[in-house]
Amino acid sequence: MDALALEAALPKRAAPPPVILPPVPVKRPKPAKKAKKAVVFFEVEILDAKTKDKLCFLDKVRPPPRVLTSCRLCLSTDPQWYPARQSIRLDPKGKSLKDEDVLQQLPVGTTATFYFRDLGAQISWVTVFLTEYTGPLIIYLLFYFRVPFIYAPKYDFTTSKHWVVHLACMCHSFHYVKRLLETLFVHRFSHGTMPLRNIFKNCTYYWGFAAWMAYYINHPLYTPPMYGEQQVTIALMIFLFCQIGNFSIHIALRNLRPPGSKTRKIPYPTKNPFTWVFLLVSCPNYTYELGSWLGFTMMTQCLPVAFFTFVGFVQMTVWAKGKHRSYLKEFRDYPTLRSPILPFIL
Amino acid sequence: MAASGAGTSRAVHGAGDALQRRQRGAAGHLSTAYLLIYNVVMTAGWLVIAVVLVREYLAKGTYHGLYYSIEKPLKFFQTGAVLEILHCAVGIVPSSVVLTGFQVMSRVFLTWAVTHGVREVQNEDSVLLFVVAWTVTEIVRYSFYTFSLLNHLPYFVKWARYTFFIVLYPMGVTGELLTIYASLPHVQRTGLYSLTLPNKYNFSFDYHTFLILTMVSYIPLFPQLYFHMLRQRRKILGRPEQYGKVE
Repeated sequence: MDALALEAALPKRAAPPPVILPPVPVKRPKPAKKAKKAVVFFEVEILDAKTKDKLCFLDKVRPPPRVLTSCRLCLSTDPQWYPARQSIRLDPKGKSLKDEDVLQQLPVGTTATFYFRDLGAQISWVTVFLTEYTGPLIIYLLFYFRVPFIYAPKYDFTTSKHWVVHLACMCHSFHYVKRLLETLFVHRFSHGTMPLRNIFKNCTYYWGFAAWMAYYINHPLYTPPMYGEQQVTIALMIFLFCQIGNFSIHIALRNLRPPGSKTRKIPYPTKNPFTWVFLLVSCPNYTYELGSWLGFTMMTQCLPVAFFTFVGFVQMTVWAKGKHRSYLKEFRDYPTLRSPILPFIL
Repeated sequence: MAASGAGTSRAVHGAGDALQRRQRGAAGHLSTAYLLIYNVVMTAGWLVIAVVLVREYLAKGTYHGLYYSIEKPLKFFQTGAVLEILHCAVGIVPSSVVLTGFQVMSRVFLTWAVTHGVREVQNEDSVLLFVVAWTVTEIVRYSFYTFSLLNHLPYFVKWARYTFFIVLYPMGVTGELLTIYASLPHVQRTGLYSLTLPNKYNFSFDYHTFLILTMVSYIPLFPQLYFHMLRQRRKILGRPEQYGKVE
């Protein structure tokens, strides 16, 4: 197969190279076209990954072929298969090919067989993030202002007499406003889209938990923290510290990647002290996020908040471990001192 | 809901080191032996419950109050089924941890949080309805696993496993729902397992509402499980023509 690439790259003045028959599958609609000059044409056929029906056939694909673009155009003749939901792969159960992949570097003969898998309806990451974060912002405020039909009518539009409740509202709102702004201006997403059903799943999670927490924190019968002002002050310090930390990490990660690109690099500590935790942890953004919610739990002393913190921690640990594993796989020189989410522990 | 886990299949030992293969082989034999013992014990336990039920019914001449005669073995063997979640988690049984967990915990919930927790329902006939359904189902299911592990599965056991549920499932569900419904007034009166505001956890829980929601959840869940079992039946028992049997 390297011979083929070599063949294609040979300068024109060389004698016509001996024809090397590539390993082609027995059932082929046409024989592979033999090159007249030292240029090899490729044929590409696209089969459905499940039914193995032939969906598309591209012949005379010149190298270096932006093969994937041609494939996507061909498949898009069916209007419901827009590019974001096309997964094109070498093996029906394998990973998707990326747009940057070059046909000559793939283990195929001059007739390449790709498999197409429909990823289902897709929705952009930005849309999902904006929706799932706006919900908690608004929902919490509905409970904070004690909108009718939530608590007993005599409490409608009243305000809590505990100052920690007002503080909690400010912290919670700040947190989600920060997330919305980061989604719009900071994050650089690797994937454009995710499956559509994720928006329902994610929104149920965020909105549901926000309502559950807000109900108790803003309840007329709310009990303030056991250790009073001391507890709330320390909790607030933790919360703010972790919010700044989380933001610092997001900025550091953004700066790793030039605009519009999808490069991946190892993140390292910068001049910002909040990023020094990169020495010990692969995903400090999750570490700081956990810290923020622990602070919020301490501030409000509310069991649903503790529950939300715990569930979020479990999910973030799963993500952190995955990210850590892919860092280790991709980079030979990845620092060995780092743990996925908790220094030395997890 | 009546727990009907997927059938067992053998773990395929992958190619590798001869020593590794032998080690995995030894572990495989050990887990098979353990599972065999587990399933035999469970079959025996539920058989005991069945025998006592029949004996007491013949002695008393009525269904009423039969629960008390099998209360302890029922609690013991139904709670023991929690081990099955562990089997899936460890990997010696190829079922989903979540699915098995859900099925086992729903049984355990009914045994402890409803029947044991609300003493007044123990006299209800609906309790007998689901206890009988569970007993027959479990005897068939554990025998099925036992014979499968021994690689000698009589067709009758396979047939029973995929046929009895047609009656037992709805029977069990009816018994469960009626029992939960019967417990509602008592739960509301005593405030069982409930927590009200204000309290230092800033949390509240109303068990009465929770039970109602549980009953409502049967509406989407039961048909899904039932039709899944029907599909499994068609797949595993096949059509009569496929076996060349004359009906």
